[in-house]
Amino acid sequence: MLEIGLPHYLSVAAILFSLGIFGIFLNRKNVIIILMSIELILLAVNINLVAFSVHLQDLTGQIFAMLVLTVAAAEAAIGLAIIVVYFRNRGTIAVEDINLMKG
Amino acid sequence: MIIQALSFYLFAFVAVAAAVMVISARNPVHSVLFLILTFFNAAGLFVLIGAEFIAMILVVVYVGAVAVLFLFVVMMLDISFVEMRQGFLQYLPIGGLVGIVLLAELLVIVGGWVVAPVTEGLRTFPVPPIDQVTNTHAIGMVLYTDYIYLFQGAGMVLLVAMIGAIVLTLRARPGVQKQKISDQINRHPEDAIEIKKIQPGSGI
Repeated sequence: MLEIGLPHYLSVAAILFSLGIFGIFLNRKNVIIILMSIELILLAVNINLVAFSVHLQDLTGQIFAMLVLTVAAAEAAIGLAIIVVYFRNRGTIAVEDINLMKG
Repeated sequence: MIIQALSFYLFAFVAVAAAVMVISARNPVHSVLFLILTFFNAAGLFVLIGAEFIAMILVVVYVGAVAVLFLFVVMMLDISFVEMRQGFLQYLPIGGLVGIVLLAELLVIVGGWVVAPVTEGLRTFPVPPIDQVTNTHAIGMVLYTDYIYLFQGAGMVLLVAMIGAIVLTLRARPGVQKQKISDQINRHPEDAIEIKKIQPGSGI
């Protein structure tokens, strides 16, 4: 219990990942919280990558964690820009109203 | 060893509790602040495991950039967030079921995890001994040589994201008084003033 190893980190990452998925289900109307849940999921992925990188003594995991971080930042910027534009055009960001493309 | 364990449990507990608050807070501004707390504690976990460069990048990128971006957008949009919470309890059972099933599956996988003995030989970039090369130095030596294309690709992704965000949100509003420096420089005396010969006593 006091010996902190790989399973501890993987468990934390699993809990964060599940919370992210849970958040998407829970806040189905609020697209901003959905984006934050996606950030939580990506954080869980990063914890997994870094934990395995340290456990296996291989630097590749940390490099890929950085690339995931980059993509997450870009995704947040574009997503929020889309939300701002959508709010400017329609006056709402409720997810069920976003049906212009009939998808 | 006991301090390491205690720090781990502290960081992990606060990170998970803050993540719970992110998805359940009533006010989205509080959600963003709890997201910042989650990332800080994840950075603490990274420092604890010995990946201090990723930890610092996490703080700089997420707390410094992404979270502030979220904060700005949440505060700029004029939305009734109370309306958006309707249906919260309606989705709670199915969401909770999915979350618990997923968590149970992941924990089963983690519990039964065994690292194959051959993985030791499959390492691409073994971590150099920490007393000779620091974590940041080691990452730099790999990132700028073997992963240079991925590194530049990441830079391109960020550039495209930046340009995309600017193009999406920029709008030309008519009727706004703005200084146009090129127009000011291109003015000629001939356009600006007109000389009239006025006969005495006739007026303009």
